[in-house]
Amino acid sequence: MTLDELPRGQRAVVTALDLRGGERRRLMDLGLLPGAAIRADMTSPLGDPTAYEVRGALVVLRRGQAKTVHVEHSGTPSGSTER
Amino acid sequence: MAAPLPTPGVGPSPAEPAGACTSCALAPSTARLARLGLAPGRHDHVVALAGNPNTGKSTVFNALTGLRQHVGNWAGKTVARAEGGFSFGGAGYRIVDLPGTYSLLSTSTDEDVARDVLLFGRPDVVVVVVDATRLERNLPLVLQIRQITGRVVVALNLVDEARRHGITVDTRHLTRELGVPVVATAARRNEGLPELLAAIAQVATADDPPKPLRLTHHDPALEKAVADLAAQVEARFPGVPNSRWVALRLLEGDAGIEEAVRNGTLGDLATPREAA
Repeated sequence: MTLDELPRGQRAVVTALDLRGGERRRLMDLGLLPGAAIRADMTSPLGDPTAYEVRGALVVLRRGQAKTVHVEHSGTPSGSTER
Repeated sequence: MAAPLPTPGVGPSPAEPAGACTSCALAPSTARLARLGLAPGRHDHVVALAGNPNTGKSTVFNALTGLRQHVGNWAGKTVARAEGGFSFGGAGYRIVDLPGTYSLLSTSTDEDVARDVLLFGRPDVVVVVVDATRLERNLPLVLQIRQITGRVVVALNLVDEARRHGITVDTRHLTRELGVPVVATAARRNEGLPELLAAIAQVATADDPPKPLRLTHHDPALEKAVADLAAQVEARFPGVPNSRWVALRLLEGDAGIEEAVRNGTLGDLATPREAA
């Protein structure tokens, strides 16, 4: 599935980025690399954009960007993190 | 190990006698930090401070120079670069505080400033300030800088905050993995600064610094493209120290590097630096 389908509070692991060039680079620099754990943290009132927690920081993506991030469910629905 | 840092205005005068040779071994009061603020005077070594946003680069900068430069917790605070100086162990250092970046590869003004200083300014030491509480997030930049140069010291900053979060970092292991010194610091409390200074001095004067890190790619097509292009870069600019890195940037379509190849600035990297 893609990141935009990840329900709020759920965790997943990034498997691939469906992007090229500068935008791909940017997301990778912000920590969205294959294998990275990610959690849908907050959604704005209209559902777009959404804030995701990645490696101890919040990264806010528009739905169009989130659609390019392929993820795999890692289960364990949770509201709080260990940090 | 080193003596505790003198506070500004306390203890012996940090100023060197006028005309004194600051680099000769006979200089008195070696191994002592003198914060030279904005007037570094003559310097023997150039130090660049790099790191992700919000890791305390400017706090480290201020702790070393005695300046009170713009410490603030907002994005893009250090837009251009701030410079200052200090002397330590009888040598003068000019230190450049770079804007915080996550990467040297994306295209933003901040990242271009940082990249150009690291690549074309060829500092004697790059101090990469990393946030001990978010190490995983900070290490990609360390790896990118290690691909450009081996003259790197990692300042594992905010260790006080990490301790509060129950995080301990095995600096010896990290030193081994990265091939460069890793020093734990809490710059706002001057913790770890003597060790940081000692590491900076050691790297600045190293005759045989670690080679730039060479990452291999397991894609044969990419590996071939990089090798071919790197050979052309070396043919055109003999002596360029990191032709593979340049080749990778060109393959990525990095406009800044393309320009440096086109106008020949890249060749400056090949000419030996003036004697320090």
